[in-house]
Amino acid sequence: MKTIQELQKIATQVRRDILRMTTAAKSGHPGGSLGTADWMTAMQFNIMKHDPATFTMDGKGQDMLFVSQGHITPVIYSTMARRGFFPVDELRTFRLFGTRLQGHPSTEHGLPGIRMASGSLGQGLSVGIGAAVGKKMTGDDSLVYTLHGDGELQEGQIWEAVMFAGAKHVDNLISTIDYNHQQIDGTTAEVMDLGDLKAKLESFAWTVVVIANGNDMQQVIDGMAKAKSLAGKGSPVAVILTTEMGYGVDFMQGTNKYHGAVLSADDLPKALAQLEETLGDF
Amino acid sequence: MKQYENKKSMELRAGFGMGLVEAGQQNPDVVALSADVCGSVKINDFAKAFPDRFVQCGIAEANMVGIAAGLSLCGKVPFLGGFAEFVTGRVYDQIRQVVCYSNKNVKICGSHAGISLGEDGATHQTMEDIALMKVLPNMTVLVPCDYNQAKAATLAAAKYVGPVYLRLGRSKMPNFTEEGAPFEIGKAQLLNEGSDVSIFACGHLVWEALEAAKALEAEGIHAEVINIHTIKPFDADAVVASARKTGAVVTCEEHLFNGGLGDSVAQALALCCPTPMEYVAVDDRFGESGTPDEMLTNYGLRASNIVEKVHAVLKRK
Repeated sequence: MKTIQELQKIATQVRRDILRMTTAAKSGHPGGSLGTADWMTAMQFNIMKHDPATFTMDGKGQDMLFVSQGHITPVIYSTMARRGFFPVDELRTFRLFGTRLQGHPSTEHGLPGIRMASGSLGQGLSVGIGAAVGKKMTGDDSLVYTLHGDGELQEGQIWEAVMFAGAKHVDNLISTIDYNHQQIDGTTAEVMDLGDLKAKLESFAWTVVVIANGNDMQQVIDGMAKAKSLAGKGSPVAVILTTEMGYGVDFMQGTNKYHGAVLSADDLPKALAQLEETLGDF
Repeated sequence: MKQYENKKSMELRAGFGMGLVEAGQQNPDVVALSADVCGSVKINDFAKAFPDRFVQCGIAEANMVGIAAGLSLCGKVPFLGGFAEFVTGRVYDQIRQVVCYSNKNVKICGSHAGISLGEDGATHQTMEDIALMKVLPNMTVLVPCDYNQAKAATLAAAKYVGPVYLRLGRSKMPNFTEEGAPFEIGKAQLLNEGSDVSIFACGHLVWEALEAAKALEAEGIHAEVINIHTIKPFDADAVVASARKTGAVVTCEEHLFNGGLGDSVAQALALCCPTPMEYVAVDDRFGESGTPDEMLTNYGLRASNIVEKVHAVLKRK
């Protein structure tokens, strides 16, 4: 278990990794990765009951995480590597031919820690439900976590899954929505307004926890602890995690510009200057 | 020629239902999912026998595919059942990402495949499903020919580890293969030896192929009939060996010309043994309402149509 200060240090290093990986690969999705770096760090190091040393595909006795918006691989891979799932140095291979660190998560290349491919949006909640139902069937009381983009909620399958989990009381499932209000073509309000998300989820019989600032480590830890405490009480738990896309670099924040665009080699040092190298670069 | 008897016309989907219950008895990890068509696809007996191992997903096929993939992670062997169109075409991308690309042990069971579904019409009559499923890497595609074989294929799918598509029909069709005969995935089944022409068939058309062979025999034409119950992995060796022997090929299927059994045969022959060939299949069109009999007859999928194609291909020899 890490202290808040330790987690913050890791998240800062993760942000450096994200930017260095994407600029090196000349492709990838830094914006959402930066925004979820605090949550992903908290999950990997403090919230989830899991152990890289004993990773198994069936996850028996371990918490599972499915990141449904697979495009945020930079933050997924960086936090996994920093947690010890694979060597940090392997982050150099992100998106390169022959890599285990595919552009979107893949099981085909054998990267420890990945249980399901994602990338085509809207599918991770269904997978998480399946794993959660499977855990119940096998008497495994560990939890299943999922993460979704807010724009991803426009996919119809999400609402099939939301309806199922509420109606069938899948209460060993905690699903977090990265509520950054941005997507590729503009803000979520411009593209397809999500409306009152909390009320929508509650009307589908979910219990909802709101984390007002998902880039504040204390709030993330407290909010996820609260979500965990609500598991096993008959309803699935949703966490609305308000974040800022591009958080941590002033000129990348509050815009969708860096959703799927990377920093140039010239701009990278300006961004890295705002992020201390806390754990050593890969 | 070897004689086959239709013991009693039965539905292939019912054979699947029986096989699923037996698979459930053999393996406690076998689970089933359905999307509000539990009775139609014959999962109801399993659901009654193993209520704790049945997941009713409601009318939400995409979610069902994801749930099945998630269940497979926990060591379960999920069989999801629905109308063939709605568990293949409707959810192609889901199958692609979380079943095939992720290589999960999920069994996709599509009932009501083909035009012999009948009166419901084209929205429900998929003739594209073999094409859609066979192009997916890691997918195994099974098309049993009758009730007994549908049951055996279900049991074989339960033992096989990896994604499987099992194609089943709705209507009562001749049941003529041996009860309890083993089903070997990927192995073509020789039903009748012949020397003049090779007839490769799958699904409901296997019986029609045998009827055609009988009629041809009366004309002095010795037709080899081979049941290709596994479209993928494809038994190219058996197909090529038979084509080499007879020098003429006819393929028969309740599917479109494009992407079905015929194309798999044509590909194998083009690569190894170019041979005159004719297709009995549906040519680039959708189905319509009608009785199963009317559909098969009007769409040219009868023994008489196979006989015509044999005559045509023999002229090209």
